[in-house]
Amino acid sequence: MIKGNFIDNLPKVYGIYTGGFIAFIIIMSIAEQMGMTSKTIGICFVAFTVAIYAIIGYLSRTAQADAYYVAGRQVPTVFNGMATAADWMSGASFVAMAGGIYFKGYGYMALLVGWTGGYVLVASLLAPYLRKFGCYTVPDFIGTRYGGNLSRLLAVIVLTVASFTYVTAQINATGTIASVALDIPFQYAVYVGLVSILLCSMLGGMRGVTWTQVAQYIVLIIAYLLPVFWISNKMGAGFFPHFMLADEVSRIAELEAQFGFVKNSAENLKEVPKGLAGITKAHSAVNATPWAFISLALAMMMGTASLPHVMMRYFTTPSVKAARKSVGWSLFFIFLLYSSAPMLATLSKLSLIDPSLPTGIIGKSIAEVQSIDWYQNWNQANLMFVSDFNGNGTLELNEFFMGGKAVVLATPEIAGLPYVISGLVAAGGMAAAMSTADGLILAIANALSHDLYYKIIDPKAETAKRLVIARVLLVVIGFAGATIAAMEIQGILGSVIWAFDFAMSGLFFPLVLGVWWKRANKEGAIAGMALGLISGAGYLIWVRNGGSGFLGITQLTFGIFGSAVSLVSMVVVSLMTSAPNAATQKMVDEVRVPSGKSILGKQH
Amino acid sequence: MSKQAQHWEKTRGLLFMTLAIWFVFSIGIFLFGAEMNEVTGPFGYPLTYWFTCQGSLGIFVILIFWFANRQEKIDEEFGFSERGDD
Repeated sequence: MIKGNFIDNLPKVYGIYTGGFIAFIIIMSIAEQMGMTSKTIGICFVAFTVAIYAIIGYLSRTAQADAYYVAGRQVPTVFNGMATAADWMSGASFVAMAGGIYFKGYGYMALLVGWTGGYVLVASLLAPYLRKFGCYTVPDFIGTRYGGNLSRLLAVIVLTVASFTYVTAQINATGTIASVALDIPFQYAVYVGLVSILLCSMLGGMRGVTWTQVAQYIVLIIAYLLPVFWISNKMGAGFFPHFMLADEVSRIAELEAQFGFVKNSAENLKEVPKGLAGITKAHSAVNATPWAFISLALAMMMGTASLPHVMMRYFTTPSVKAARKSVGWSLFFIFLLYSSAPMLATLSKLSLIDPSLPTGIIGKSIAEVQSIDWYQNWNQANLMFVSDFNGNGTLELNEFFMGGKAVVLATPEIAGLPYVISGLVAAGGMAAAMSTADGLILAIANALSHDLYYKIIDPKAETAKRLVIARVLLVVIGFAGATIAAMEIQGILGSVIWAFDFAMSGLFFPLVLGVWWKRANKEGAIAGMALGLISGAGYLIWVRNGGSGFLGITQLTFGIFGSAVSLVSMVVVSLMTSAPNAATQKMVDEVRVPSGKSILGKQH
Repeated sequence: MSKQAQHWEKTRGLLFMTLAIWFVFSIGIFLFGAEMNEVTGPFGYPLTYWFTCQGSLGIFVILIFWFANRQEKIDEEFGFSERGDD
């Protein structure tokens, strides 16, 4: 399949694939009507999609360095956009984002703005220039632009710290979904998830990951949009929810005013299972200070532009021009999901709290709510809880608790959609988490194999040996990530945000100034990366251990402090030491124009 | 001034313009989030709410495509565009 004019046939190949997937959904819904159990449907969805990814991964196997590292630099613009969108949208975006919006409202929306606005920085400041450079990895750019093994090594360290923080959360998410869908304990499910992830990337490297990510994007976007549209239509909220939910949004505000946000006593809250929350914040009102919103958005934007697994996707386009356009397509495909998350949160919240809707539970008697089928299911899954704190026998807004994941996972069932949709959502969540985990593990393994092993330790290694090392590292890093994920020490969303802060602390300014400031030199870059990462991490540790912080910078936005230190130290040290030599200056000039040869050769 | 320096000057000009628009819709408007939310925005949503759900996100998508086209024109103008691809 992946031979000859495969690239020309891409629209056809993925068209057939999409048709096949839709046919599979229809077959499953017929099977459901004929009495297939929900458990079997869940298993079918996850097993079928993972099997397809594994086949694509196998067909994409390669023994060439440039195919392994940058998919042969021939991924067309639109398809690279889809792959980037899948690479980008993690288990957290898929499963947790709508829940975050549901519970935290405006304060959380900063993440939506940040995780999209960052692409403007990627497109204008970095992606086209790094594509022109012709590097295989992000440290490859740092190492060549600034020169010296130390700068390369520091870039590898920052990359590893940021990506590894991120990847454990993704493996954790694949484990969660696999354990629910396949009904096996989480400790084993994590490794099932890991094996699925490695099947996509082991043989084909970047090439395998690219073509599986496109397939995963198609699954995850169908799995996200279909329920949103279906629920909206079923509730009579509007045929195209994005443009038609204004009444629902104002109805929620009305109900909020009617119920009020009653604060629960600490004693009552002790009853509530860990991880569940009540509705305590207004849905559409501005409930955060401007700086709280802006600082979080800014940290996410700069983090986006520094995360290597995203940047390296633009190394795979055929040209500089294509890299720029491809960033636009990536954001378009991300926009499709991100703009739907607030709509899902609105539909989910209204269907639960509006007493005039048949699904509404607020105002019903506690006993009645406790006898509802879906309540019992999700209560058992530890994602829903009610308790009669004031003893009046009726459920009040402050007496209803839900887990963040339930917004995506449970809303289809609450709205009365067939189980096949829940199976589809599980497959979508699995696709989202797998595609991000693949991108991250590959970014780390490639940096270690290409930059640390080949460029620093053994520059004479042959291609075959390099690729064996790359694959061994892939497996080792995957297992390390899975082992940490199995310990369940951190929440999914918190560690994702930390990854952005780490990346921006160490890499944002060394990358940007490498292109935009000719005077930036090796010493400056080394200071910028080392001091940025150390001060960012130091600030995090300080705040985590009860430090008060300053300027309203929290443990979620510590990258703002880290990157400020990075910028200042990089500029000061660069100016104190001698300017880069003529060859380096000429190299920067060449990077700045799209035409001509790339700085690093096709095979390096 | 050499062709390359002129090209870079225009490229930098475009960057500043792009970043200015980016700044307005990612940071600027949220300085006035509370005030703006009193206004009814497109499709009847509160204005700030609409920007966080769709507005800013959609503007970023358009901004990147606009930027890419403008940059291509600049590259062509100075003869720095790549030949024979996409």
